Order: sequence, then C-alpha cells, then structure tokens
Amino acid sequence: MYLCTPVVEAYKEIQTENLKTMDKKPFNVKEVRELFPALRQQIYGKNLIYFDNGATSQKPQLVLDAINKYYSKENANIHRGVHFMSQRATTDYEAARKRIQLYLNAKKSEEIIFTKGTTDGINLVANSFGELLQAGDEILISEMEHHSNIVPWQMLCERKNLTLRVAPINKRGEIIEEELDKLLTKKTKLVALTQISNTLGTINPIKEIVKKAHVVGAKVLVDGAQSIQHTKVDVRDLDCDFFVFSGHKVFGPTGIGVLYGKEDLLDRMPPYQGGGDMIAKVTFERTTYNELPFKFEAGTPHIAGGICLGTAFEFLESLDMKAVEQHERELQKYAEDMLETFEDLHIIGTAKNKTSVVSFVIEGLHPFDIGTLLDKQGIAVRTGHHCTQPLMDIYKIPGTVRASFAFYNTREEIDFFIKALEKSLHILK
Amino acid sequence: MDIQTKQQEIIDEFEIYDDWMEKYEYIIDLGKDLPLIDPALKTDDRLIEGCQSKVWLASSFDGEKMHYTADSDAIITKGIIGLLIRVLDNETPKTVLETDLQFIKTIGLQEHLSPTRANGLAGMVKKMKQEAIKYLN
Repeated sequence: MYLCTPVVEAYKEIQTENLKTMDKKPFNVKEVRELFPALRQQIYGKNLIYFDNGATSQKPQLVLDAINKYYSKENANIHRGVHFMSQRATTDYEAARKRIQLYLNAKKSEEIIFTKGTTDGINLVANSFGELLQAGDEILISEMEHHSNIVPWQMLCERKNLTLRVAPINKRGEIIEEELDKLLTKKTKLVALTQISNTLGTINPIKEIVKKAHVVGAKVLVDGAQSIQHTKVDVRDLDCDFFVFSGHKVFGPTGIGVLYGKEDLLDRMPPYQGGGDMIAKVTFERTTYNELPFKFEAGTPHIAGGICLGTAFEFLESLDMKAVEQHERELQKYAEDMLETFEDLHIIGTAKNKTSVVSFVIEGLHPFDIGTLLDKQGIAVRTGHHCTQPLMDIYKIPGTVRASFAFYNTREEIDFFIKALEKSLHILK
Repeated sequence: MDIQTKQQEIIDEFEIYDDWMEKYEYIIDLGKDLPLIDPALKTDDRLIEGCQSKVWLASSFDGEKMHYTADSDAIITKGIIGLLIRVLDNETPKTVLETDLQFIKTIGLQEHLSPTRANGLAGMVKKMKQEAIKYLN
C-alpha cells in the first residue's frame, strides 16, 4: 500500500476533538435567517421568498466565508505535495471527511467517498457495485424515484441483462408495503429508494425496508438528496449499505456530494474511474489500486467543495435538528391548510408521514403559468415534472407547482405566497 | 404594415405598463382571446415539446408569404405566441429569416425566448424560420 505521506500525516492530525465546533443554540428562525445573505434581496422590486429548497439550498455566511478563504489563501493540491500549503489543504479536506463521517455516524472515515453529488454517487454504485451483479439479478426501485435513481439502473440493467422492478405507490404517494414485499425476492440484489420524495414530500420507512431487504440478501442504497437537510441521518441506525446526497442541498457548495458505503462492500467493489490518486502503483503491465476512500476518488477532487461541505456540516451540527424538523413540518402543514381553501386545487402527495414539500395542481391551469406569475411577485417555486416523469404519468398530470421549504422559511412568507397565488389566479381565470 | 412597424406597435402597447403583473395580465388576455390553431392541426408532428409547456405550430406558404398558426397548453406561452405570430405571419420567407425580433427584448420578455427556457418558444421561433427556409426561392 502506497499512501502518500501527507495523507498519513493528515489522518494522524485529525482527532475528533480537534474539529472546531460551533455552539448549539435554541432554534430561532429570525436569527437563523440572518445568516443567509441570499435571502436578503429583492427580485423585480419585491422581497425574495425562496421556496425552491428542494432544488437547492441557500448558503450561510460561514460557508461563503470558507469558500472565499480557501481560494484567497489556502488553495493547493492535496494528497501529494510536501509543502505547507498542500499539507494544510490535505488536512482540511480530510477533516471535512471526518466531520461528515461523525455526523452520519459512519464507522470509519474511509466509508465517506466524495463525489460530485447524488447523481454521481448513484452512478458510481451502478457502475461499480453493478459489476458484481449477474444476468437475471434484480434491482428494485419505487414509482416515486427521481430520474437519477431510475436511469442509472436502467442503463445497468441493459448492460448486464438485469431486471428492474418498480414498487408501486398508493394515491397518497406512499409505497404499498405488500407490493414491495412481493417484489423482494432472492433475486433482488439491490433496493434503491429515496428517503424523502422530492415531488411528494413522502418520508419512506427506510429502516423497516432495509431490514426486509437484508432478509433476502439484498443491499440497500438510500437516496438522501432530500433528507439530509431535513432530518438527522444515522447510517448505522438505518443500517443501509449506501447513502448518497448532494452538498448543495445541504447548505454547502455545488459540485460536491457524498457516497457513504459500508467498508466491506466498498472494498469488494472495483474502482469506477481510473486516474491519479486512486492508484497504489502503476506500471504498464499492471496497476494496483489505492485503499478506501481514495480508490473511488480519481483525479484532483473538488477540494474547495469538500472543505466547505465540511463547514456546512459544522453549521448543521450547531442546529437543533429536532426543532428544525418540527418547524419544517409546521410550515408544510400550514401551507397545506391555506392551499386547501382554494377551489379546484389538489395537493399531490398526501402521505401520512411527509415533510417540507407541498406540490399542487389547479384544475384548468398550467403550472408554468402559475410559476411565472409567482416569480414576478418575488416568489421562487419550482414548476414542472421535477425530474419524476413516471410519477407525473401515474397522477396523469403534466407537472405540479412545488413549494419546498427550508428551516429559514417562515409562516409570514407562506401568507405572502398565498396572497400572491390568489392574485395570480385572479389574473389567470 | 411592414414588420418593423408591427414590432413598434407592440412596443407602444406595452409601454403603458410599468408593473410586471399588468404586463402579464395583458399577455394572458391576448392568449385568451386568440383562436390560434385549428384543433385538427394539433398533431404530434406539429408539437414542439418544451420541458414544461407544449407548443403546436402549423405553417403554410401562399406562393408569396408565410402563414403561421400556433397554440400552447400554457396561457402565458400562448399570449407570447400571439405576439410572435402577429409579427411574423403574412411576411415573405426572406423577411421572416432576416428579422431580428427585437421587440421581445424591448418589452422585457426575452427570458421566454432563451433556449434554456422550458416553454418551447425558442424551439418555435427556430421552427418558424426553418419553415421559411424551405420557400426561399
């Protein structure tokens, strides 16, 4: 094993107690909003109301400062330099990995692979874990999956002659348990499910599904793109085999994300991409690969992204996640109560266990028109199929208007949104 | 009326609105009022699929000038289609091809014609020009 000296040094330096932490404060939405400069702006002369958090989150000043500091002072390539700057950047990058490991309660920091984001993480698993699968094996997903948790599996199935099974959902937008049970068989090698639906807000009972999947010997990949920012994730408690998420949805930079995988599984998987950093020794005859996590991190990584994602987690640690969850659920329930008073409005996704996302359609109106008029009133919502076209087909709708909340949103913003929606409908009808 | 006059006429109409919502209210009214396309022509081969709203475009050539009818499932898109057709309909293929649709920018709706916009309008203008090429002498 040839691990470059600076990496070993970096690991030695990173002790849990050396990670800087912020004071944990009681949750106060007014105070927390102040930390997000992007929220203090006007769009078309109106105060911005940002309800597109499902697409991406805004960034706290702490993260912005970290990005600026990295490029202003600390920029250097990692894992190979003998000089001070390279070693410092390496230490910071590995400290971020450590912090994320601790936050997710993963056993080892080797189980944290930096990726470009959720899509990249899923593709890594599809291409690498996928190599271990054989013709006739099955992959099980659900009807509510995002395109990024459908297409990589379709491509893999085509390549390796596997079968993709799809667990159906009920009208409320919940996976039908009995149907899922029927589809889980000895042939199932991987179950890939979202923890929270980006379109419906449904929270899936991942822990229970993992237990069932393990009984038949299937591994489980959890798409955490919409959950990591809304609920405390503990990968050992979930007992999932893979967990993927994107940094930009959890108050960090774009272009960086994480794949968590159980060590023994990652060890058995072949590398996904070849290049620098992922090798132990290269000769023209034979190349041997580096250890985890570097085996899966070919080339110069997104160093600033990794370090600043660590900062985003430092921020996340300072939040009272229980209070955050409660606040976000209240926002969702309040928005739904207000929307239900509208004539001909249907909320899409009415799962008993849901959070943060309110998708709706209004009979006779196109979501695009509603979204355009809300935009002109300073309100950012998402309209369309939300990269879940099969789900739209099931509900027989072209798309929805989706308001997705973060902890920095307020009831007052929802009141304003409702007024703006009334005004839009008045013009459209 | 030449094509530049038509564009100027639209710019003048929009000048009285300084509020975005009023502007859109006017576009929506245009969309509501205009019967744009024969329903029999709303076929898949005339469909320009935007990521969100759909646009149907039918074109014909009378030996001298181009004629366009179109429709959309979204009313704002439909209103903007109405404006585009008002300008480009009944013009020679050469004029259709050579005209810079600057009125869209002047009235502040250029975002709707951006290729990254999900409404299918950029695709529609491209198709209108492609159709005109066919009849260029």
